[in-house]
Amino acid sequence: MIERGLALGVALAVALVRGAFAAPGSLAQDTTAGKRVYVKWCAGCHGETGSGDGPAASAMLPRPRNFTGAIYKIRTTASGQLPTDADLLRAIDEGLPGSAMPAWKGRLTDAERRDVVAYLKTFSAFFADTSQHVVRLQFSNPPGGGTSTAALREGRLFYDSIGCRKCHGDQGRGDGPSAPTLKDDAGFPIFAADLHQSWRFRGGNTVTEIYRRLRTGLDGTPMPSFSDLIDQKFLTDEQLWRLAQYVRSLSPAEPPAVRDVLHARQITGAVPTAPDDSVWARADRYWFPLVGQVIRKARWFAPGVSGVWVQALHDGQTLALRVSWDDRTQSPDTVWLAFEQRLLQTVASDDSGAPRAEPWPDQLAVQFPRRIPAGIERPYFLMGAATDPVYQWRWTSAPRRAVAGLARGIERFDTLPAAPAAAAAYEHGEWRVVFTRALATPDTANEVQFETGRAIPMAFFAWDGSSGEHGSRMAVSTWYFLALDRPTPPGVFISPVVAMLVTLGLGLVVVRRAQRRVPTRSASINRKV
Amino acid sequence: MRKLGLLVGVGLGAGLAALALAAWTQPPAAQAGATLTGKVKFTGTKPAAAKIDMSEEPKCKAKYQTPPTDEAVVVNANGTLADVFVYVKSGLPASYTAPAPAGPVTLDQDGCRYHPHALGILVGQKLAIKNSDGILHNIKAKGTKNRPFNISQPTTMTSERTFTAPEVMVPLECNVHGWMHAWLGVLSHPFFAVSGTDGSFTIKGLPAGTYVIEAWHEKYGPQTATVTVTGSETKTADFSFAAK
Repeated sequence: MIERGLALGVALAVALVRGAFAAPGSLAQDTTAGKRVYVKWCAGCHGETGSGDGPAASAMLPRPRNFTGAIYKIRTTASGQLPTDADLLRAIDEGLPGSAMPAWKGRLTDAERRDVVAYLKTFSAFFADTSQHVVRLQFSNPPGGGTSTAALREGRLFYDSIGCRKCHGDQGRGDGPSAPTLKDDAGFPIFAADLHQSWRFRGGNTVTEIYRRLRTGLDGTPMPSFSDLIDQKFLTDEQLWRLAQYVRSLSPAEPPAVRDVLHARQITGAVPTAPDDSVWARADRYWFPLVGQVIRKARWFAPGVSGVWVQALHDGQTLALRVSWDDRTQSPDTVWLAFEQRLLQTVASDDSGAPRAEPWPDQLAVQFPRRIPAGIERPYFLMGAATDPVYQWRWTSAPRRAVAGLARGIERFDTLPAAPAAAAAYEHGEWRVVFTRALATPDTANEVQFETGRAIPMAFFAWDGSSGEHGSRMAVSTWYFLALDRPTPPGVFISPVVAMLVTLGLGLVVVRRAQRRVPTRSASINRKV
Repeated sequence: MRKLGLLVGVGLGAGLAALALAAWTQPPAAQAGATLTGKVKFTGTKPAAAKIDMSEEPKCKAKYQTPPTDEAVVVNANGTLADVFVYVKSGLPASYTAPAPAGPVTLDQDGCRYHPHALGILVGQKLAIKNSDGILHNIKAKGTKNRPFNISQPTTMTSERTFTAPEVMVPLECNVHGWMHAWLGVLSHPFFAVSGTDGSFTIKGLPAGTYVIEAWHEKYGPQTATVTVTGSETKTADFSFAAK
């Protein structure tokens, strides 16, 4: 009894001392409190037992982390080593871009996030194993000049020499020859990262983060560590930095901002009809994100196309729209059939059983209302409805053609006699498709009439055939707007010049008058000096 | 007669001495312990091994006269099964301590295949992972009792890694070449062998005792046999795997 009392007293004292010394920001952790947070916020995806098999998991790709193996992608430790507490906290704080894992900083308190880190570690015996030394790698600082042509050229040299292209492809869009065979440690299909979309990199997209991923590898995935190459003097540390800088240079400096209105500038001369016409280089690019179609059956949770880049120009007669998007496969591609089958089996569908992989083509749809709405009312964004159809252009890779038609919901598409002209090019994991159509057409009942100065609703749909996408298994956008800019009237350029001249003239008159009035006084002052 | 008796006596003595000397000069290690040997038989129809398309890797492809085939099931010409990992699963006294490993175990990547395909290693012993191809391989270990690793080897080079816990088996793979698989048995004792091109295996130096011997194959799974050995005898334990 006395012993128990004593033990309780000691425990209390320890708790008090711990409480007193646990300054904010230190890693005082409580697994019991951590479990409460975990069960409430994490278990839905990661599962009660931490096996990554929560109720929502089967609809996700990449799958939620299975904590029981203590294998983590984003670390600052060597390949295969346990992560530091700071590594785990970072993933929770900032989330994992390009996956379903959100950032929890601001949603959970500092203490809650620290406690959940402590609880995560209880899922694997490795964290309790004292022979496992968690050592953060020594990282150097980035060498400067990373955006110079010479630095990027050197980075590209190592991109080739250490074989990045085997998975990530020649231009980095994840279309390398080994890409269709990739699986993660659990056997799920995994995509080689598209290096042109660095805002989706799990561990962040700064040059420093990319360098760290090259040093540590992404455990549980096919991405290896390149640290041995530095140890064995095959690469210098600076050369690995150059590679990181090259990889970073493939994506825009800033993640693409989503703008609601796509402005089609009016140009003099005919609009470009070819996908690689040099005129496109001078047209502003707009990014429209796409998400999986999860409203109607069959739902689709793993969209192959994450967004489209769109440019538009018109010449007063014709509209030209260029849609470019990253797609690692030029579907139909039988090389990807086995991957497609694994993908369909992995990502749960609400149909009975996984559909059989088939060589579907790639497709793209651009959607408009039949008439520009006068008010804010627009047809249903998801391909209209039976009573209120939408006007669509639909392009397919095989047969390679575009048609126009009326969609009355996902299931029904009635082709119209007049199709837009379309030209497409596929190169190194990217499709570029140009649609052209006259602004005004005879069929005013069904085909939208493009008028300048109006906000014309517009939406996009994309299918990656090699991901098993067809029908309702697709990527969708919401409504955006297309605005055909009017040619700038000459007055816009002339009136500022006129205004300036008038101001200048008036100014001169004022100055002259002032000078005429005070000449004697200033002259006398000058004489005194 | 006395002379003859003396001669015989001397002769006998010399003979005994020679025998004793012979016995004394034999290295005791070679005599110590029992030997377990056996064959791994294969019954049923030999599965057709899929051809491996190495056209993406001309350097590897050039190393083969006939197209290489998948190595998951290798049935020898004499109808036995190769690459079966045979080892003492249990029965060693708790006090047993393994001798220090002589040197590293080498796993070679040659012709876009692992050599050997199945192998054993002691806990703490170095695994020397050699790239003889000079093209990009990554070597990934996917153990669950051991920490994993995934190293890039884009050139002719050797990397070394060790393992901390017994584990049968640690899968090794290359993700650049999806067909490349090897299986590593990590043990705290040296009583293991891999069935060869004639399907036979030999485990030497077993202390006297009763052991559970396991034969492990990547496709056909494990089989066990119980064997009791004493002294320096040689016992036979055969295994038989059937086509599925």
